[in-house]
Amino acid sequence: MSITTLIFYLLSVMAAGSAIMMLLSKNPVKSILWLIVVFFAISGHYVLLNAQFLAVVNIIVYAGAIMVLFLFVVMLMNLNAESEPAKNYRMQLIGIISGGSLLLILVSALMQMNAQQPVQMKIGDAGLIANLGKTLFTNYVVPFEISSVLFLSAMIGAVVIGKKD
Amino acid sequence: MDIKAYIILSLTLFTIGIIGVLIRRNAIIIFMCIELMLNAVNLLLVAFSKMHAASAVAKASPDFVGDAQIFVFFIMVVAAAEVSVGLAIIVMLYRNTHSVDVNFLNRLKN
Repeated sequence: MSITTLIFYLLSVMAAGSAIMMLLSKNPVKSILWLIVVFFAISGHYVLLNAQFLAVVNIIVYAGAIMVLFLFVVMLMNLNAESEPAKNYRMQLIGIISGGSLLLILVSALMQMNAQQPVQMKIGDAGLIANLGKTLFTNYVVPFEISSVLFLSAMIGAVVIGKKD
Repeated sequence: MDIKAYIILSLTLFTIGIIGVLIRRNAIIIFMCIELMLNAVNLLLVAFSKMHAASAVAKASPDFVGDAQIFVFFIMVVAAAEVSVGLAIIVMLYRNTHSVDVNFLNRLKN
């Protein structure tokens, strides 16, 4: 087993296990910290696929900005104590069964596929910052500028919604 | 690595997100599960991009190899904007009801 395969399985177990721990932990702050572990594992996958720009952006935007925003909101609400009252075990069982059967159906449909399609790992220069930046500012410059307008409107929307009236 | 391994990993993460949306009742946790589903899709897009880069089609015309990764970048941009508005809505909700339990949010029912 090569080192790449080993790292792939390690990161996969880390991502799935942390995601399950995120669901199981009662404390919202602990769930947020587990989700940050998931994002770091996904960034590791991006590094393994040689998508270095996305690995860095994933850490900066998700683990750095979005999760800190979540943490601020949770701490603002003082939800540290047990905050989910009287749970309904029947609904939980139904949710787990339906989700599990969805996974089962999708995986069994995938297993019908016989073709081997290898994924390029550790090589390929399409994901480097220079090449992606060149593509972003030539072919995709209009969506890039539109996304700045989207950010502005999201900022104004958040301020308007969050304002005390 | 085969593409199937990446598809199974992404499906697992996506299903964990779906189960989380179904069984948890804290609005913040539900929102985090949606973020997890977005990330699973992002990972799958990057894996498919690298699968395309390894194929013979990409060697014939290497112009579109990085396009999926640009797409993932825009998904991240939209997710960041969405999180700011969604968290503002949750804060407003908490201010009005002093709870983030989604079972209390049945005022639009009638």
